[in-house]
Amino acid sequence: MSNSSIPVRKFDAVIVGAGGSGLRAAIQLSEGGLKTAVLSKVFPTRSHTVAAQGGVSASLGNSEEDHWHWHMYDTVKGSDWLGDQDAIEYMCRMAPEVVVELEHFGMPFDRTDEGKIYQRPFGGHMSNFGEKPVRRACAAADRTGHAMLHALYQRNVRANTQFFVEWMALDLIRDESGQVLGVIALEMETGEVVAFHAKATIFATGGAGRIYYSSTNAFINTGDGLGMAARAGIALEDMEFWQFHPTGVAGAGVLITEGVRGEGGILRNSDNERFMERYAPNAKDLASRDVVSRAMVTEINEGRGCGPNKDFVLLDITHLDPATIMKRLPGIREISIQFAGIDPIQAPIPVVPTCHYQMGGIPTNYKGQVVAADGVPVKGFYAAGEVACASVHGANRLGTNSLLDLLVFGKSSGDSVIEDLATGKVAHQDLPENFAERTLARLHRLNTQTGGSDVNETRLELQRTMQKHCGVFRFKDMLAEGVAKIVEIEKAVARTEIKDKSQVWNTARVEALELDNLIEVAKATLVSAEARKESRGAHVRDDAPDTAENPNGRDDANWHKHTLWQREGSSLSYKPVTMTPLTVETIALKTRSY
Amino acid sequence: MDERERINRLRWRCTRRAMLEMDLLLGEFLERIFPTLGPAQADAFIILADMEDLELWPLINGSRECTDSVQAEVVALLRDVRVK
Repeated sequence: MSNSSIPVRKFDAVIVGAGGSGLRAAIQLSEGGLKTAVLSKVFPTRSHTVAAQGGVSASLGNSEEDHWHWHMYDTVKGSDWLGDQDAIEYMCRMAPEVVVELEHFGMPFDRTDEGKIYQRPFGGHMSNFGEKPVRRACAAADRTGHAMLHALYQRNVRANTQFFVEWMALDLIRDESGQVLGVIALEMETGEVVAFHAKATIFATGGAGRIYYSSTNAFINTGDGLGMAARAGIALEDMEFWQFHPTGVAGAGVLITEGVRGEGGILRNSDNERFMERYAPNAKDLASRDVVSRAMVTEINEGRGCGPNKDFVLLDITHLDPATIMKRLPGIREISIQFAGIDPIQAPIPVVPTCHYQMGGIPTNYKGQVVAADGVPVKGFYAAGEVACASVHGANRLGTNSLLDLLVFGKSSGDSVIEDLATGKVAHQDLPENFAERTLARLHRLNTQTGGSDVNETRLELQRTMQKHCGVFRFKDMLAEGVAKIVEIEKAVARTEIKDKSQVWNTARVEALELDNLIEVAKATLVSAEARKESRGAHVRDDAPDTAENPNGRDDANWHKHTLWQREGSSLSYKPVTMTPLTVETIALKTRSY
Repeated sequence: MDERERINRLRWRCTRRAMLEMDLLLGEFLERIFPTLGPAQADAFIILADMEDLELWPLINGSRECTDSVQAEVVALLRDVRVK
């Protein structure tokens, strides 16, 4: 197939991904009069944003005094000082505005008796610079993400945004100067490969939690935006930082809420020992997430894991009165029966620390413009949401800041596109002669590969490697071995073979193409994690322990900087953390403790 | 659309959903139970698979009633799925 045989569709802007950030960006563009295409692997309201239940944070002060500056302080502290303070100030200052806007779009927020948006407390959100918890989370019952997607989608329908549903973007189009000119995408229903030629391209493809064997992320989260960016020569930032939850069902990844331990659930190892008594004599099983996760991994690594592979521990509630379980934890009992095959009234639930959220991503500034290593925006390219690294979450994200990120940077990326187009900074450039060559070669290789590797087996090998070598608690030798292993897996990914060669609805092909993206994310994560010789936020290393010199293992003298991983040569470079906010004083480095 | 295309489209809609729980349940159901269904039950499953997760989940966990008896039969089968 030659380039000339690929149809080209021309738009002012193309957005890849129709979750919260993609839909929010699309509203800005369509209402701003731009001809906008949104590509999505699924119908927009089936995006993973639905899974966000907790709420969206904004210092509205509806229930008690609050201020964006306090929110900013909490976010900087939560990030373990790796977040960029200009972006964090911007997000926290914009929060009330974007939440009220969302309300005007029709979001059914819970209300106070006076009719204001109801707000509840959430972990890490405090008043007066860390003094006491504050009610800052705005929610629509436990369906906040779902309600948000519906409100944003309806607004897009009104604005005539053009959706391309069940399309998978394959690669970025860049010209010789590096300007981004759109994407090449595959329509699943026909198997047709099409170029979307655009003045501006926004990536809003979400996270890549499926790189881990145990992940709370839906299957859709395969890091497509990250893979495309990496292949196009864009560095990925801070990919070593992934947030984990201590208790996901082993194998399935489905979350078991902390409430189970709150009701008296006990973690046990293969010796039936209540091991948390050794790690946290006072709080025991109710110690903080990171402490519990690290203890679980230590037990597994020291051979006291359970099951044939000794790769999980047990969450035991069999000592509780069955009536209490039925009354207080009915949902958990159902989840355990369906996803672990175990009735927790009779037997303990196999659990393992489980990947939940990606803090790193495509480097952007607070305007949603993708930036090169020198800080200069890449012409025509923007990103928002979990795929992007603004960086507001730094080394660790606060709850409810993910939905806020979608709204604020979805909007700011859309505003930047409008401004850049209006000022002539970006225009439709001619497509380079061989713009689709590499994508078509990739598809051709996949269609003609014989004697190659199996997609499912290779993906599983990748996920198990990430879980074992680069999980919630990291070890020097394991990381080094993991890097060597992922390089081997990369070779298998380059040789994947699919039996089904048909054009129409070839899901095997799509899954192989998703694996092409997962491997880039996995490699970036392992290489970045192996290199960062400190503990910070969600990146915790056994060889960087808590000392007087480096509290919590954090080494600001050497490692207070962002990682940039480049696919070419799998090389690393670093850039400074932005410590200067937009209008207020720097929140100076200090030890993070709660 | 031939049978392979029809099943692949359904597979995509069963395993690329908003919530992991539903990817797992519907994916497992499609592989193991769906081939055993009669035509009416198969049609009912396709309608269920087209629902959004937060519409479907209450049917599975019993907090909402099914609209007809065939749908109820399929939901009962979905409820019995054990993800390996």
